[in-house]
Amino acid sequence: MAMIQFQQVTKRFRRQEVLKGIDLEVARGDRVALVGSNGAGKTTLIRCLLGEYTCGGTVAIDGRAPRRHRTEVLKRVGFVPQIAPPLKMPVGQLIRFAAGVCDSDAGRMIEVAGRLGLELKAIRRQPFNKLSGGMKQKLLIAIALGRDCELLVLDEPAANLDPEARHIFFGLLAEKKDRAAMLISSHRLDEVASLVNRVVEMDQGRIVLDDHVADDVAMTSVLHSRLELVRPSEAFAQTVRQWGFEAREDGLAWEGKVAGPDRLRFLGVLSRYAALLKGIHLEETADG
Amino acid sequence: MKHLKLTALADISESLRSRWFIVYTLVFGGVVVALFVSGLTESRVMGFTGLSRLLVTYLQITMAILPLFVLITTVRSVAGDREAGIFEYMLSLPVSLSSWFWGKLLGRFFVVFLPVILAMFGAVIWGRLKGVEIPWAQVWLYTAFLVSLAWCFLGIGMFLSTLARSSDVATGAAFIVWLFLLLFLDLILLGALIREGLPPDTIIAIALANPLQVFRTGSMLLFDPQLVLLGPAAYVILDNFGEKGYLAWTIFYPLALGTFFAWLGYRIFRRGDLP
Repeated sequence: MAMIQFQQVTKRFRRQEVLKGIDLEVARGDRVALVGSNGAGKTTLIRCLLGEYTCGGTVAIDGRAPRRHRTEVLKRVGFVPQIAPPLKMPVGQLIRFAAGVCDSDAGRMIEVAGRLGLELKAIRRQPFNKLSGGMKQKLLIAIALGRDCELLVLDEPAANLDPEARHIFFGLLAEKKDRAAMLISSHRLDEVASLVNRVVEMDQGRIVLDDHVADDVAMTSVLHSRLELVRPSEAFAQTVRQWGFEAREDGLAWEGKVAGPDRLRFLGVLSRYAALLKGIHLEETADG
Repeated sequence: MKHLKLTALADISESLRSRWFIVYTLVFGGVVVALFVSGLTESRVMGFTGLSRLLVTYLQITMAILPLFVLITTVRSVAGDREAGIFEYMLSLPVSLSSWFWGKLLGRFFVVFLPVILAMFGAVIWGRLKGVEIPWAQVWLYTAFLVSLAWCFLGIGMFLSTLARSSDVATGAAFIVWLFLLLFLDLILLGALIREGLPPDTIIAIALANPLQVFRTGSMLLFDPQLVLLGPAAYVILDNFGEKGYLAWTIFYPLALGTFFAWLGYRIFRRGDLP
């Protein structure tokens, strides 16, 4: 039996029909990229799934309606929004609140945050809205992954993360991938392509594509990379330093590691410097 | 219960860091300081003197400011939180809707009430230090009146917040409600209605239904047991309620009204779209 079931789900805001009879089933182990342009209905579908919107038709997670059984259902759902909420409460209190309502251990969330490179001890008294974009994202990921969830709903989850944190994040997802279903929303498929084994595309409130894709890329894999340039470039240097690359041969070559699922994103970045590049070498090794 | 407590604490924490709370605290603290500085405790107006004089003035000012502050800040922050995506995230966590709504209400009540009561008891402590006699019975009754008034407008504010989908609409609606109740105070529209020859029972029913007027008359009753200031309407109030009965009405009616509106707001909140 599918874990998530949408049956003829409709949603209307006044005169505008945003979801037009969605039928979709997602099983445990499915990692679904929910893609589509702005206004396609992705966010509305996610809000219906989380029981935040009332809607026509049936939405069920393990046979239970998320609206009627919200506490039981949402205990097993981890959600990371694309835009962090502008909460003013201190970081420590947010963790306590989340752990308290989820009946979870705050220590686990703190541990996941630490793995992502976020030391909570130093920032626990800081208001959440004063953190940088990347720190907020790491904290929200830690709250979602630092508990026993069986469904992860992620809205552009890695958009604000640095390459190192992205690699760790992919590793954290890999730990959950067999036990949990994942719904990863993005308006660009290349951002999430290597994380998923299924693509669902939405357009104007309908599903226009539902396809399984090869998931041969191990989430924990790492690509050792060497880039060779025709001449040194400061702009290029600044960009690849953000990916943790180090200069060789007076800036004519750069070496570093790229997380396997990040390969498309990395190549997208390199495409901006196509004229400078003389050689690109990528070699995959498991678990870095 | 745990979720309720966590939500209330989270709301308190959010509010204490808000700009509105700083302004709000400064206003009420400033009012008391201004009343002391102006030497109000030494003046005698209409028979009131000392701390009683200060408290009666403080309450009249509170009646004008507190409802508007409570309404505007509640609707702006609740509807604003919804607009900013705070509801989307917080309600994706497994907190029950009843705990969320009532926890928010209780947290907000604490934050709204704290500066008002601190300012009032600050005045009492100051008065004591200055050797002014403390009218304790009045102080406790005033505290009960303030609790009741704050709760009433908080309930109305939460109701308006669940109805309005944007903070601008919510703010506009809150202002209109406040203005409407202000117009039905005895000094303004009630006076006009009396002039137009409306039956006295209708006029008095309107006055008894308006929480602002109830608070005003109740606070007046404490210092003027015959309600001389109120004129002929005093006979109806005292004949039908008696002094103690009206004091009880001043405490329990706004509490009941606020609870009713909060409950209505909760029903709408529970049935509608959350973010």
